[in-house]
Amino acid sequence: MNTIESGNVAAAMAVKLARAEVIAAYPITPQTPLTEKLSEMIDRGELDAEYVAVESEHSALAVCIGAASAGVRPFTATSANGLLYMSEQVHWAAGARLPLVMCVVNRGVGAPWTVWNDHQDAISQRDAGWIQLFVKDHQEIMDTTLKAFRLAEEVSIPVMVCYDGYYLSHTYMPFDAPEQERVDRFLPPFHYAHTLDPSHPENLNSVTMPDTRTDVHGETAPSYMDIRHNLHREMVQAIDRLEAIDAAFRELFGRGGHPLMEPWRCDDAEFVIVAMGTLANQFRDVVERLREQDGIRAGVLAIHLYRPFPNDRVQAALAGVRGVLVYEKALSYGNQGPLYGDVRSALYDCEPRPAVENFIVGLGGAGIRTGELYRTARQACLEIGRQETPDDAPHWVGLGV
Amino acid sequence: MTRDLFEIMTSNAEAGPGDAGRTGSWRVERPVIDLARCTPAKRGKAACHLCWLYCPDGVISKDLEPEILLEYCKGCGICAEECPTQAIRMVAEAEFVEE
Repeated sequence: MNTIESGNVAAAMAVKLARAEVIAAYPITPQTPLTEKLSEMIDRGELDAEYVAVESEHSALAVCIGAASAGVRPFTATSANGLLYMSEQVHWAAGARLPLVMCVVNRGVGAPWTVWNDHQDAISQRDAGWIQLFVKDHQEIMDTTLKAFRLAEEVSIPVMVCYDGYYLSHTYMPFDAPEQERVDRFLPPFHYAHTLDPSHPENLNSVTMPDTRTDVHGETAPSYMDIRHNLHREMVQAIDRLEAIDAAFRELFGRGGHPLMEPWRCDDAEFVIVAMGTLANQFRDVVERLREQDGIRAGVLAIHLYRPFPNDRVQAALAGVRGVLVYEKALSYGNQGPLYGDVRSALYDCEPRPAVENFIVGLGGAGIRTGELYRTARQACLEIGRQETPDDAPHWVGLGV
Repeated sequence: MTRDLFEIMTSNAEAGPGDAGRTGSWRVERPVIDLARCTPAKRGKAACHLCWLYCPDGVISKDLEPEILLEYCKGCGICAEECPTQAIRMVAEAEFVEE
């Protein structure tokens, strides 16, 4: 069904189609309209789920952890400081291998207070052991959220679906909401390998020793490091699984094909701009202008799967280009943009190795003007490899003072 | 759907003795029961047993003469704290080593 709605409503419609059974959330801008919409759906009897009103984001995720452990499909959503407030449970959910889905409606992190968009909130949880997907438009919010439920439940690793606050959450776009019957065929009933079973009581996520220990049956039980190594290995395996799920989705719904990253005009590109979220769409205009006005063969690569990072695919997509420009809305303070570090590391073994430049844009919703993106990208393409590294590298675009 | 590639390793423990090994080695102080002051031992009746009730590790028996399974007792001292007749005393493990 074609519809025109906000990004938050697109997410809520996807959660309804996924038949989530427990919703627990605490309001925070710009996420609030998403979970408000879900509470309306439950109130009207359109969604058969329990809405748990909690006193904090920490409790919201704790309720989802409890629900998944009890064998029902949970959902929560948050932004910025709310995500950081639940951070302890974010790490817990990953270590417990709980198949959760959470929408992170990206917003800058205080202090100072900002309600506007950047990616620092999700990036700050990069190393928690969650799968992180970034999307660029409302259709991708809908489709990626549905795929996220299946991925989380197939690999038993929690998934964050990250979309830009305001740019997507509060703007209206046309998108297609698939029929319930076909979604039911795509997404089987909830499954968790370690569901609580009263006839077989267990202590979940009990204390581990630095080394292996002997369990009650006298068998060797894994250490903390064994369990964490397994999480890492299976997160890497989730890359292939996401591709398989995307293929199944495409067969049923006719959309998809770029689950890990989406290249645009990259086939003959000498320069590729790498970005995540709506910024990647904005760069399509920049690429057009670079090609038409300057004869610069540029392309843009939108990273969809940020964790696990698809290193070899990124390398394959960028091998042979002259320059890579990484524009991002997050920073590892005192060092560089996190996406830049990942891309540069993926390209280290390339021969010849492309030059890579890093640009920080749009922190706390700072205006991102297409003209300014064009000017900085054009200059970088002309001077790449010959540019002086600024004292406060990376390059900053859009500073006011 | 194949889940066999995914081991989904977690730390889950079933109820039973010694899931974390012989935890008695963690003990710094050992509970010692003076049966002359212990209510069920003194009266020969199944009474009190607060030590059995409060022990978080379930290592105290519910007998007329309660016994503490030192192989697993971590020496937390809750039994000594709860005993209404002060029949349980926490004694430094070092004293037993010296013996």
